[in-house]
Parts: sequence; C-alpha cells; structure tokens
Amino acid sequence: MTRYVMVADLRRCVGCQTCTAACKHANATPPGVQWRQVLDMETGTYPQVQRTFVPVGCMHCADPPCEHVCPSTATKIRPDGIVEIDYDLCIGCGYCAVACPYQARHIVHKRDLAYDKQAMAHEDARFDEGRMSVAMKCNFCQGRIDTAKETGQTPGVDPEVTPACVNSCIADALHFGDRDDPNSNVSALLAENQTFRMHEELGTDPGFYYIWDKNE
Amino acid sequence: MSRIEPWHQVNWDWRAAGNFIGGGSGTGLVILAALAAGQGTTYWPLGFLGVILVGIGLFCVWLEIGRPWRALHVFYHPQTSWMTREAFVSALLLPVTMVAALASSPFLFEPAVAKGAIWLAALLAALYLYCQARILHCSKGIPAWRHPSLMPVIILTGLTEGAGFLLMGTALVGGHFVWPLLLLLILLLGRWMAWRRYLANLAETGAPSKALAVLNGATPMINILGHYAASILIVLALLTGAFGPLFAALAGLAAIAGGWQMKFVVVARAAFNQGFALPLTPVRGTGKPGPADKPGWSKSGP
Repeated sequence: MTRYVMVADLRRCVGCQTCTAACKHANATPPGVQWRQVLDMETGTYPQVQRTFVPVGCMHCADPPCEHVCPSTATKIRPDGIVEIDYDLCIGCGYCAVACPYQARHIVHKRDLAYDKQAMAHEDARFDEGRMSVAMKCNFCQGRIDTAKETGQTPGVDPEVTPACVNSCIADALHFGDRDDPNSNVSALLAENQTFRMHEELGTDPGFYYIWDKNE
Repeated sequence: MSRIEPWHQVNWDWRAAGNFIGGGSGTGLVILAALAAGQGTTYWPLGFLGVILVGIGLFCVWLEIGRPWRALHVFYHPQTSWMTREAFVSALLLPVTMVAALASSPFLFEPAVAKGAIWLAALLAALYLYCQARILHCSKGIPAWRHPSLMPVIILTGLTEGAGFLLMGTALVGGHFVWPLLLLLILLLGRWMAWRRYLANLAETGAPSKALAVLNGATPMINILGHYAASILIVLALLTGAFGPLFAALAGLAAIAGGWQMKFVVVARAAFNQGFALPLTPVRGTGKPGPADKPGWSKSGP
C-alpha cells in the first residue's frame, strides 16, 4: 500500500511563506484562499516565550470527516491516501467545510481579482469556472503525483513529481513521501524524530506530521 | 496575518439555520399532530403546515448550496452522510404527509388511508429530526455542534416547537388542548434541562471561548421567552376557562420563538471552528519542548 504524507520539521521552518506563494502559483488559488499557509504561533509568557511557524492545510486524513459527510461523493480518498474533490460532483453545500477540523476547505462564490476590477493576464489564463461555488483544498499537487506513475519517478524525491510547497521550502522543513514504504524519505524522518499530528484526539488520523525533536 | 484562534465559520449562515428551524418545527408538528389526530383533532391543516415548514427548511438549504442545479447529487452518499439520509427521508416524508393530510381532509376523505399515512408520516418525521441532530453532530470542525449533548437539544426543541404549533393550530381549528398543554410543559422542562446540560458539558469538555460566550449570552433570552414565559402561559391557559385556547396558543408561540432562537444561535452565531493548536512546541536551543498551546479555547479539551 501507499500512504502519501507530509512531514514538517518545526525546528527548521522559518515562516517565510515561500510554500504559501508556491502553492498559489502552482494551483492558481484565488485571493484570500490559501491551500498551504504557515501559522505564526507565539506561546509561553514573558520572558519564556517561543515563536513557532506551523505549516497547515489539508491533512489528508485517513479517516476524513469531510469524506464521511459529503452527500455527493465528491470528496474521495484515493488508494494512495490523498483526499481529493471531484469538482463536477460537488454541490457546494459546505458540509465538508464545517466537518473539517483543520479549516482546510474553501468555497468561493464569486471571482475575486488581486487588483479589484482588472484581471491580470495569468488570472484570465488560469481562471477555472469549475472551481466556483464548490469546495476546494490542497490536493498534494495530485497531478504531479499521478505523473510519477507514468515516469517512474518518486514523489518527494524527484521535484517534478513533488508538491510545489515541498519543492519551494528554503529551509528543507517540508517533506513529502510514502509513509508505508519503509525506505522512503518520510519513513526515515519519522523513525529518527519525535512527531505529533494536529488535533489527533479527534480521531481523523491525519497525514501531516510535525517534527518537534529528534529521538531520545 | 493567519488566524490561529477559532473564528466563525463562513459556509453556513441563516439559510442553514432555516433548515434546522423549519425542519425541526415541521417534523415535530407532524409527529404530535399524529398523536392529536388519535384524540380527535383535525389533522389535515396541521399536516399541511408540517409539510410547508419542512419544505421551507429544504428551500433554505437549496438557497445555500453553491451549485443548486446539482442538488440531486445530494442523494449519492447514503452510506455515511447524514445529509444524504435526510434528503432520502424528506423524499418520503413530504409526499407521505401530503397523502395523510389529503386523505384526512374533507376534499378526499379516506380514513383508512389517512390513519396509516399519518403514522407513517410521524415515523418518517422522527427519522428526519434524528438526521438533523446527526448532521450537526458529524460537523467535526465545529466544537459547539459536534458535542453529543447537542443532539437531545435538537430533538427536544423540534418536538417542543411541534407542540407549540399544535397548540396554535388547535386554537384555530379546534380540538383538545389540555393534554397538548401538559405535553408542552413536559417538553419545555426536557428542553430546558437538555440545554443546561449541553452548556455545562460544553464548558466542561472545553470549547472555543467565543462560542461559549455567544451561547451563554443568548441563554437568558432563550429561557425567558422559550421556557419561563411559555410555562407561565401554560398555567394561565389551564386556569382560565374562556381564554384558555388563547393562552395556549401564546404558550405555543413562545415555545416556538425560544426554540427558533436557540437553533439560530447555535447554527449561525456560535459556530466557531476548531482553530489551530500545538500539543508541543519544537525543541530549539534549550533542549526542552515548549508548552502546548490551544489559543482561543476555554480549556484544552478535544
């Protein structure tokens, strides 16, 4: 089996938002919609304070609440663990958005432009009517992952078949790969480090790991 | 700047609340009208009203969805989606209740058909109401909705509102109103207790602070109108002879208003999402992890 997951090393992330920009570029998300973003979390009390940069987005859960509640079967889990949306089936009811505990889903009902009235050339070129008024979210750049099956390349290792956010990371904090492959890059990271997953107590079995320390 | 603390979800608004308001009241009425019909109360106007209320709720949902002309896709996922299940039940509930109302009406008086259809409609209405409670419970991204203590609130307020409409209908079309009054009193007590339990349990397990503030802030008016005023009016209806039906109708109206406010507040005002949290912060320099962080929550519950 294959289970594609993302691993973010919180010790390395500097909050530069390059992954956010790369995602917007790769997926042409409209203004205000970020499939990948990096939170800037301040914790503790003076003088013991800490700042942590936390990449978030769709966690591609193995037990995704969004898939359970979706009335149209537009949201599906692929055999490789990627949670995808069929834009042609989605009715835009928003039930998945309120079911997702990661705030990863967005519905845009009208076309927004970066500069109000005048669309830029790339906005016109990449506008997709099929994504209007339906749910959308990070799909781990699934087109690239699918290309890997044809080219024989390895997602997470070969940049051409790796999510844009991972490719763009300047600090080597974001990693992508097959958790079920014991020889994969992410399996090695998970074996060598201590990790947690966000809101794990909700039973969603998220596919996004956060490294917080090396193994003892 | 990214948001970290829970913020109010933007996908379900008053139209979603309208579905729970119309659907809950309508199904509550269809259930209690079946009981009342067994006691000799005229069914058909109540049945029609139930259909209209449920229909208004479904119309609200239709207004809410982004792609309304794909609405039939809602039937594709009965395996796990309570929204699909609600849609299937509604597809049976509306025609069956219409048949029950028509068959018991003077236009098409068919008592044998009416009796079976009335009880079948009541059963379907109960299923529909249960689906609505489960829809909120399965909304895992909204702590105030997913709490299991909300389910009895949704079911009990639906029945309470149904009893309210029954009393208002009885005032108009005639029929016994003493037992519906007593039933309403019991349902009011049940709803009041369920609401208290919901708020207490939510505070106990932890929830977004803003959601708790909204719910606690709305509770006095919900109680004054929907529970205390309604109960006083019930007592007045039982004690005053000639004005009994009038006070009974007003008690019903107050119970409905309280229930509608309750659902509007829950669905459209207290729907703060999960936000983000860290069970640990990364080890840097000191060799020790920092403390956990769950900003915007009353306590670090699930």
